[in-house]
Amino acid sequence: MQISALDTTTSPLTAEQAALLNQLVASLSPTQVAWLGGYLSGVAGYTQSLLGLLQPGQNGMATAGTLPSPSAAASGAPEVTILFGSQTGNGEKVAKKLQSAALAKGLQATIQDMGSYRPTMLKQATCLLIIVSTHGEGDPPDRVRELHSFLYGKRAPKLDGVDYSVLALGDRTYRHYCKIGKDFDARLEELGAKRIHDRIDCDVDYEDAAQLWIDGVTALLARKAGPAPAGAAPQGFALGAMAAATTSEYDRKNPFMAGLLERIVLTDEGSEKETLHVEISLEGSGLTYQPGDSLGVFPTNSPELVDAVLTASRLDGDATVTTHEGEGGNLRELLTQRYEIAQLTPDVIEKYANFGSISELQALMSEDRFDDLQSYLHGRDLVDLLQDYPLDMYPNDLVDILRKMTPRLYSLASSLEACPEEAHLCIAPVSYATYGRDRFGVCSSYFARRLEDDGKIPVYIHENNYFRLPEDPRADMIMVGPGTGVAPFRAFMQHREMLGHEGRNWLFFGEQHFRTDFLYQAEWLQWRASGLLTHLDAAFSRDQDHKIYVQHRLKERAGELYEWLQNGAHFYVCGDESRMAHDVHAALVEIVMEQGRLSAEAAEDYVNDLRRSNRYQRDVY
Amino acid sequence: MAANDNQHGPPSDMERIKETSNYLRGTIVESLNDAVTGAIAADDQQLTKFHGTYQQDDRDARLRRQHKKLEPAFTFMVRVGIPGGLATADQWIVMDDLSVKYANNTLKLTTRQAFQLHGVLKSNLWAAIHEINAALMTSIAACGDVCRNTMATPNPDASTIHQQVYEATMDIARLVRPQTNAYHEIWVDDKKVLTSKDERPPEEVEPLYLKHYLPRKFKIGLAIPPHNDIDVFSQDLGMIAIAEGDRLVGFNLVCGGGMGMSHGKPETYPNAGTVIGFCTADQLCQVTEQLVTIQRDFGDRSNRQHARFKYTIDDRGIDWLIGELNSRLGWQIESARPYAFESNGDSYGWLKGIDGAWYMTLFIENGRVRDAGDLRMKTGLRKIAELGLCDFRLTGNQNLILGKVASSNKKKLQKLLDEYGITAVQSTSAARLNSMACASLPYCGLAMAESERYLPDLMTRIETMIKEAGIWEVPITIRMTGCPNGCARPYLAEIAFVGKSPGHYNVYLGAGFTGDRLNKLYREGIDEETILQELEPLIKHFAAERLNGEHFGDFVIRAGYVKPTTAGLNFHD
Ligand code: SRM
Ligand SMILES: Cc1cc2nc3c(=O)[nH]c(=O)nc-3n(C[C@H](O)[C@H](O)[C@H](O)COP(=O)(O)OP(=O)(O)OC[C@H]3O[C@@H](n4cnc5c(N)ncnc54)[C@H](O)[C@@H]3O)c2cc1C
Ligand SMILES: Cc1cc2nc3c(=O)[nH]c(=O)nc-3n(C[C@H](O)[C@H](O)[C@H](O)COP(=O)(O)O)c2cc1C
Ligand code: SF4
Repeated sequence: MQISALDTTTSPLTAEQAALLNQLVASLSPTQVAWLGGYLSGVAGYTQSLLGLLQPGQNGMATAGTLPSPSAAASGAPEVTILFGSQTGNGEKVAKKLQSAALAKGLQATIQDMGSYRPTMLKQATCLLIIVSTHGEGDPPDRVRELHSFLYGKRAPKLDGVDYSVLALGDRTYRHYCKIGKDFDARLEELGAKRIHDRIDCDVDYEDAAQLWIDGVTALLARKAGPAPAGAAPQGFALGAMAAATTSEYDRKNPFMAGLLERIVLTDEGSEKETLHVEISLEGSGLTYQPGDSLGVFPTNSPELVDAVLTASRLDGDATVTTHEGEGGNLRELLTQRYEIAQLTPDVIEKYANFGSISELQALMSEDRFDDLQSYLHGRDLVDLLQDYPLDMYPNDLVDILRKMTPRLYSLASSLEACPEEAHLCIAPVSYATYGRDRFGVCSSYFARRLEDDGKIPVYIHENNYFRLPEDPRADMIMVGPGTGVAPFRAFMQHREMLGHEGRNWLFFGEQHFRTDFLYQAEWLQWRASGLLTHLDAAFSRDQDHKIYVQHRLKERAGELYEWLQNGAHFYVCGDESRMAHDVHAALVEIVMEQGRLSAEAAEDYVNDLRRSNRYQRDVY
Repeated sequence: MAANDNQHGPPSDMERIKETSNYLRGTIVESLNDAVTGAIAADDQQLTKFHGTYQQDDRDARLRRQHKKLEPAFTFMVRVGIPGGLATADQWIVMDDLSVKYANNTLKLTTRQAFQLHGVLKSNLWAAIHEINAALMTSIAACGDVCRNTMATPNPDASTIHQQVYEATMDIARLVRPQTNAYHEIWVDDKKVLTSKDERPPEEVEPLYLKHYLPRKFKIGLAIPPHNDIDVFSQDLGMIAIAEGDRLVGFNLVCGGGMGMSHGKPETYPNAGTVIGFCTADQLCQVTEQLVTIQRDFGDRSNRQHARFKYTIDDRGIDWLIGELNSRLGWQIESARPYAFESNGDSYGWLKGIDGAWYMTLFIENGRVRDAGDLRMKTGLRKIAELGLCDFRLTGNQNLILGKVASSNKKKLQKLLDEYGITAVQSTSAARLNSMACASLPYCGLAMAESERYLPDLMTRIETMIKEAGIWEVPITIRMTGCPNGCARPYLAEIAFVGKSPGHYNVYLGAGFTGDRLNKLYREGIDEETILQELEPLIKHFAAERLNGEHFGDFVIRAGYVKPTTAGLNFHD
């Protein structure tokens, strides 16, 4: 979370107060900030939560604060329903943390996944704490779609008497930042519910901001409830206990330095791609994972780009810098390891614009200039910004405007059953040329070009409980995984093979060219020959005049596919979010409509049922 | 009719495949429709041979693709047999087009007067074969356990009976063509999406082959003396045309020739066929039919390495064969007539045929038609075909004859030959002009060493010695194969290199220049430097002590380098 300075225009504080606060905040560690948030909101008589004072758009937090309701405070321990909607697991993690925090404070808190929550239960809730992320282009996570449209539909209930607060997860680089969280926040209010704590919007680096919210809402509710009645047993089950207990000391905050075992270009000569297969050793880390999980990787920037940044900023790479997180190091190292420099994001533009009072850039920050902002950001990196709007600055100024390096996620393409202590990834290098310069995706080019054969990679396991093999080993699976989307299905197959799962398996793969781009072809064919894979269908878009994609293959196989679904098959989709996942979804609905002779609405219901029963799962990016 | 008591053991797996194939259908259609692999099912790989196509893979890419977790780079070779080698200019154009559209932009002219496309992807296979048929050619029976393309001397330069022999060739080709409708259903009919579950026509009958076809390939060729350009002694069944004046009277019958053998297996050996007698031109088809059925009934169906006609005969003796033939015919074949061959090579350049038209025999190194540098052979021949002023005759030595050229058109063709660099490559050593190499790597799955891609370079080094020795103009047959199967008929070459392992070859010497005598092993498994070291003294010796008109193959025997091979059975002695 980036906290930028307060002033009289962005807060109701006096200049003096703002300065003091700024000074204080700058010196705080994230946990101290979190604690302070809790402390301030808990101070008796304090009518406005500090969090509410912070302005949106620059600090990841919501607008004007609201008063905690005194009547609620008097009404004893509310039953808290933690309702989360998550696609890639972040929201779920936060939900579990919130539950633990609530239970620790003696609150009754149950945790509910929006995907399996009956919307009609809303009316009976007393206090809803909502955690929800945004996906696609401002779309709800798959398992949230139903609840989301229910709230906007005719059957949306009156929610008078329901207290709520929303934590929104998102990514500021997207146009519809935290849109779904905002939707929930606004819609619940419209339906009569009462916001007891301001929404907090979290950027990809969500942990600290989420902690602030957790501390804020739990403190608030605890205050309302008064002292916990003696012997009150915490209610609800802790979801956290269900998840595979990782004994490892390594996580996102403390990544494991893993060794590279093997790196193979999977695509053959003549391909337009250079998709990589990477094998990484987890030996000694204690890290474990399940098929469906991803590996988080912290890449480093290319030395050439770092040099270019130094040149453009006219700064000395050897200069020593202390970041506001208290980290120190020389500038070159920090730029290489700690910050995003290969991409520009709105927050960086904003800070840079404000720092240099560049009115042209400042103007880009207004809502109605969003498209202009996007078109400036597109295809540009920090070097472009520094060249386009040169400023004199100190090394510290530079790192202060930058966004911290986000770890990249890669679907695990292996199963520990088949590859103990190994993690296999399938990575499509990103490269493009814009404004006369070749550009490379940070992490993919790190794997493809910079990582030495004996190099170490900072990694952690990113759990994803929404992309899991069927619990029933006899259940059939239909897997749609074009491009690198095929990666988790390799893990699925390895797992099912090793454990002797009897369910049938059907893979739909897609790429540009059969000859050169059929990722893991030999393995799929072997699995087909052994009978593990019942069907293998592939679409190669550029092997003929007209484009053929996986959704076309799905439709070609509609009859049998529907039979499988009727028979209980699970339907998985992994890979490209922007187009493929939509087209496949549409194809699925169409197939159900046509084969089941259903109306469009009934087909949507059918697919929603699949989703609710965890039989339609997606991991798209 | 199957003479089971002739069998030495249980039928080979190939016999099961044929039996259960429903007359060569198998699951070829399903295999073609299986889009996630470039391969076809294992049994279908055997069956498609009968349809004239082989599954292969680019062996240069094997390891690389394995590492990349990709299946091998599967492609198909498509063979289009041209009986007697006689193709039209339009057919040449079609093959040229197909090579661009579906293959590797080259054409291979084979040692049996066929066209081959290499590198055809499974997804293009149907279209390629379909279009071949549309041009009135076929790939049926170009491979498989059937009678293969019927060869015949293509050049009418030296004999008035060429036309009559050509007609006999076509009669035989028709006689031995499989009758199953499978080929037509799969490749020619326009309904492409048929599956094996579809209704089938009632069981056809293969009158000649029956349900199990032949135990092994069977090769027939007709030679018109003095040319033995089809290597009549290498055929399972060879025919030597006998003329009286301008009239074809009949054929000497040559039985049991064959080249294939395996390294380290002396029970396998090449053989030069035996002349067993004579039949008239009218009787030829009848005799052919009986000889083929004798092999069908007596050939070994258990051990495919012992299944060729040569072994059937050697196991029982020539007298048995003649007796069995006569009894099946119900009459006796006559005794052989005199004949004389001059060579088993081609005669290059413009020759005027006895019919008055002109014939231009072109040296196509190893039969590979392609553009490379200044030699724009493929484009040049294409341009010539487009003129429509000649036919295109494939020779048994992988060469090409532009045939039936009117005197008035000669110049036009010559101009194009000059322009595309084709003329320039015709003037080379007589040894190179008499060399050939089998296809081998990268596509041949059986290759143990390079052949087609390597012989030209080796020849360049040999030519240096030949030039120094002053025998540039002396024809020496030099043949190379990538393995001992003998596709370039190496055991009938004066010097042969037969691949043993990458970069290493067995060297055989001493075959007859007319293709009547097999050669003999001289050195085993040697590399290029050793080959050159071994050959140099021989060539010098030959140049110095050669008798008038003496051929290299005869010389090495006279000089004691190798013993003559008088029969396949003593090839390994
Ligand atoms: C193309 C050709 C060589 C050339 O460069 O011209 C050829 C190429 C092959 N031959 Fe041959 N053979 C070719 C003429 C011959 C000849 C010469 C002849 O027929 O006059 C022989 C020796 C005569 C004989 O049959 O004894 C010959 C004896 C073989 C054998 C050994 C047979 C045996 O009895 O042991 C095999 C392997 C086999 O059949 O098991 C073989 C197999 C093959 C295969 C199909 C390899 C395979 O089975 O996987 C080769 C395909 C390579 C490729 O990529 O093209 N080929 N093959 C010739 C095609 C002839 C045609 O148009 O039909
Ligand atoms: C759950 C999950 C699982 C994933 N699994 C996989 C996987 O298995 N395999 C895999 O390869 N990836 C996977 N990804 C994607 C992966 O995490 C990275 O996003 C991807 O590798 C790119 O990262 P990078 O650092 O190389 O590129 P970055 O430096 O992050 O650059 C990517 C950015 O470059 C810009 N860009 C790209 N192309 C162009 C262009 N043509 N013009 C202008 N700008 C452009 C875009 O802004 C894009 O967002 C997954 C993502 C998620 C969320
Ligand atoms: C394919 C994809 C699309 C996304 N689209 C958006 C978006 O439109 N708006 C946004 O704010 N965040 C977007 N995000 C960011 C996620 O909301 C963010 O990563 C969040 O932490 C995910 O939480 P979850 O794991 O609980 O789903 C997107 C992420 C992915 C992978
Ligand atoms: S001789 Fe051997 S290597 Fe050459 S084409 Fe025939 S089978 Fe292949």
